[in-house]
Amino acid sequence: MSAVADTHGHAHDAHGHHGGYSGIMRWITTTNHKDIGTMYLWFSFVMFSIGGLMAVMIRMELFSPGLQFFNPEFFNQLTTMHGLIMVFGAIMPVFVGFANWLIPMQIGAPDMAFARLNNWSFWLLPFAASLLVLSFFMPGGAPGVGWTMYAPLTAQMGMGMDFTIFAIHILGMSSILGSINIITTILNMRAPGMTLMKMPLFCWTWLITAYLLVAVMPVLAGAVTMTLTDRHFGTTFFNAAGGGDPVLYQHIFWFFGHPEVYIIALPGFGVISQVIPAFSRKPLFGYASMVYATSAIAILSFIVWAHHMYTVGMPVTGQLFFMYATTLIAVPTGVKVFNWVTTMWKGSLTFETPMLFACGFLFMFTLGGFTGLVLALVPVDIQLQDTYYVVAHFHYVMVAGALFAAFAGIYFWLPKWTGKMYNETLGKIHFWLTMIFFNMIFFVQHFLGLAGMPRRIPDYNLMFETWNKISSLGAFGMGLAQLLFLYIVVSCIRNGKPAAQLPWEGADSLEWTHLPTPAPYHSFETPPVVK
Amino acid sequence: MAHVASTQAQVRQQHYSVPQPMPWPIMGSTSLFLMALGAAFVFNDMRAGWVSIAAGFVLLLYMMVRWFGEVIRESEGGRYGRWEDVSFRWGMSFFIFSEVMFFGAFFGALFWARVYSVPDLATLESQALLWSGFSAHWPSAGPGFAEQFSPMSAWGIPALNTLLLLSSGVTVTFAHWNLIANQRGKLLLWLAATVALGVTFICFQAYEYIHAYHELNLKLSTGVYGSTFFMLTGFHGFHVTLGAIMLTVIWFRCLKGHFKPDHHFAFEGVAWYWHFVDVVWLGLFIFVYWL
Ligand code: HEM
Ligand SMILES: [Cu+2]
Repeated sequence: MSAVADTHGHAHDAHGHHGGYSGIMRWITTTNHKDIGTMYLWFSFVMFSIGGLMAVMIRMELFSPGLQFFNPEFFNQLTTMHGLIMVFGAIMPVFVGFANWLIPMQIGAPDMAFARLNNWSFWLLPFAASLLVLSFFMPGGAPGVGWTMYAPLTAQMGMGMDFTIFAIHILGMSSILGSINIITTILNMRAPGMTLMKMPLFCWTWLITAYLLVAVMPVLAGAVTMTLTDRHFGTTFFNAAGGGDPVLYQHIFWFFGHPEVYIIALPGFGVISQVIPAFSRKPLFGYASMVYATSAIAILSFIVWAHHMYTVGMPVTGQLFFMYATTLIAVPTGVKVFNWVTTMWKGSLTFETPMLFACGFLFMFTLGGFTGLVLALVPVDIQLQDTYYVVAHFHYVMVAGALFAAFAGIYFWLPKWTGKMYNETLGKIHFWLTMIFFNMIFFVQHFLGLAGMPRRIPDYNLMFETWNKISSLGAFGMGLAQLLFLYIVVSCIRNGKPAAQLPWEGADSLEWTHLPTPAPYHSFETPPVVK
Repeated sequence: MAHVASTQAQVRQQHYSVPQPMPWPIMGSTSLFLMALGAAFVFNDMRAGWVSIAAGFVLLLYMMVRWFGEVIRESEGGRYGRWEDVSFRWGMSFFIFSEVMFFGAFFGALFWARVYSVPDLATLESQALLWSGFSAHWPSAGPGFAEQFSPMSAWGIPALNTLLLLSSGVTVTFAHWNLIANQRGKLLLWLAATVALGVTFICFQAYEYIHAYHELNLKLSTGVYGSTFFMLTGFHGFHVTLGAIMLTVIWFRCLKGHFKPDHHFAFEGVAWYWHFVDVVWLGLFIFVYWL
């Protein structure tokens, strides 16, 4: 038992004990935000590896034209599960892991507002993930419908589709409960003096992300529920013969889907907004405008969804509306990029691994934003929809954007979490390998898309062969580079050199200034006073 | 500022209580997993799935009884002060918001069918190419639906149900006032009235479904009208049922002397939920039954 947990009795020693359970039961029952954060991070890494394996398999198949290893059905299952696992299993949980570790420490709270619910939010994930992975072993295999799960294709799948639908329900539950927890923690648990506008930007981005999650995850749940009843109970939501409409599915899905891409991106923006000032040894430029820009992005993200649907048949007025609304989002996004660059301007810059990943993020994410703008233009998108250009676009924003931000954050906070220092040289090598291989995979996909290569097809025209070979080689390299990452993290935890109290001289949020390194199991049992 | 600081101090009279570890969450996950697995099997004509569903459901009930039981014990033991209370309020508000969005998806489907997809299927183009003779009108089961059906009229049971739910919103408020005034007898009475109104609503709804299936030939599979009708009213009815169960639990807690005039968030949370269910019904009554 711990001192915080037992406020009405006598204080127990807070060290050594983890609330009465030990061994595996400690992790299963824990209510400690740091334990739960750690579990989220490792879970995310496991899913990242599984999803990554699928990506390598996809690229193996695409190494040469013609069918090499898999039949088309299985290829489709791979792309579908790769997408779902990476989005829901890897990227979203990694940032929830950050949120758990950091938000209570950054706002001076003893823990999350609902510590047990927090445990449940995490422990829903492995079960949902098992459903997803199990679907491969059902009759008919995993669904081969693409991560967007469009009707009417979903009506034709085997029972793997039902597994996936239920997995989405449970994943959504986890996200909603986790988000309610984060919102409540930020609104109600801040230390005296920690006003909203003094919070580190990471907390702000998560507050807004959590709001988006609560707003759109239920909508996705509704969409897949309708899919389920269309499949098994004779409803006709997405069936024109019954007066329904497959396009309706797309509207509902993308009403969730576009905010979802910002759910993926915003917490990464928060991480970058803390890493860049630390290594520029300057406060963040334009803090308030960052907060407003983040809010503006969140609000706008609700009215742009149909830019994914320009080609399904929509009135020109609709196309125009969604085109203008989408290009509008570039403005607050531009404000952010401008602020990050200006923070670096005339700073005393050093380029340790977190900063390298942050710079990589800055370049690559901006590139992804640009291709987003290209795709936002209706006449252009009509050419590019469902080609590899779209694949290139979203991997620039999700991998070089969100994933690079996660890497930056992991290297940045690893000393705080473990009390040990990672190997800086290896970290830098990891960055450069990832950066080079990433571009090798995806930069060439812009060319493929512009030349007309469609996505989600296991075979292709001979003329696409060269770029595909380069892309596949890049994918194998990127996969190997992540083994190096695993090695760096494990060797840091097991025999890293002890980290200094303040390993990054420019870091100035509460977890660095008010807590020892490594952070103690319970922090801020009495709230700090923030001036 | 001084005022803000002092209210904050009032709210935070004691340490925030961070609860002890407990095994119930993972039991909840296991139960959901079992139920999902079982349902997937049952939906694909494998009867054995029922075993898994049943096991999961029993586990879920057990987990809820233990988890909620523990929280209630802690609450009555004075573990939760004003500070925690604020958390509960934020938490419940956002939970209800998420529920609103869930219903939003189905209302969206309803509006889409009425405004776009059904009229679209009756354009000259569609008529020439696909569905000659289909005319757009609401309610519609779509061009591919051959059987006759009658829509549900708004002015019989549905209107009565509106009255029932609206009054139950009033009675639960009376119950709340009496809780604040520490009039325990009246509190129990008004709360019981609320539950009774809720249960009557559910019974009427069940009757209406039977009526629809047997006399109106209106089924879940009656095109997009049947789909939206049964999914919207069905999910709503499910929420009313949950709300009635929660109110019943609260009633027994009141009977046992739980809650204080100035400290009874569980009561308020359930009352909020009840009002939410009420508001959703108004939307249903207007857009599903009436217009
Ligand atoms: C300036 C900001 C952005 C703009 C203007 C933009 C625009 C677009 C457009 C128009 C498409 C549809 C392309 C098509 O299917 O033809 C698209 C697809 C996509 N975008 Fe973005 N985007 C932006 C930022 C982001 C961010 C930050 C993310 C995620 C982190 C993201 C993730 C995606 C994904 C996943 C898809 C493809 C979905 C699919 O069809 O599977 N985008 N984007
Ligand atoms: Cu989008």
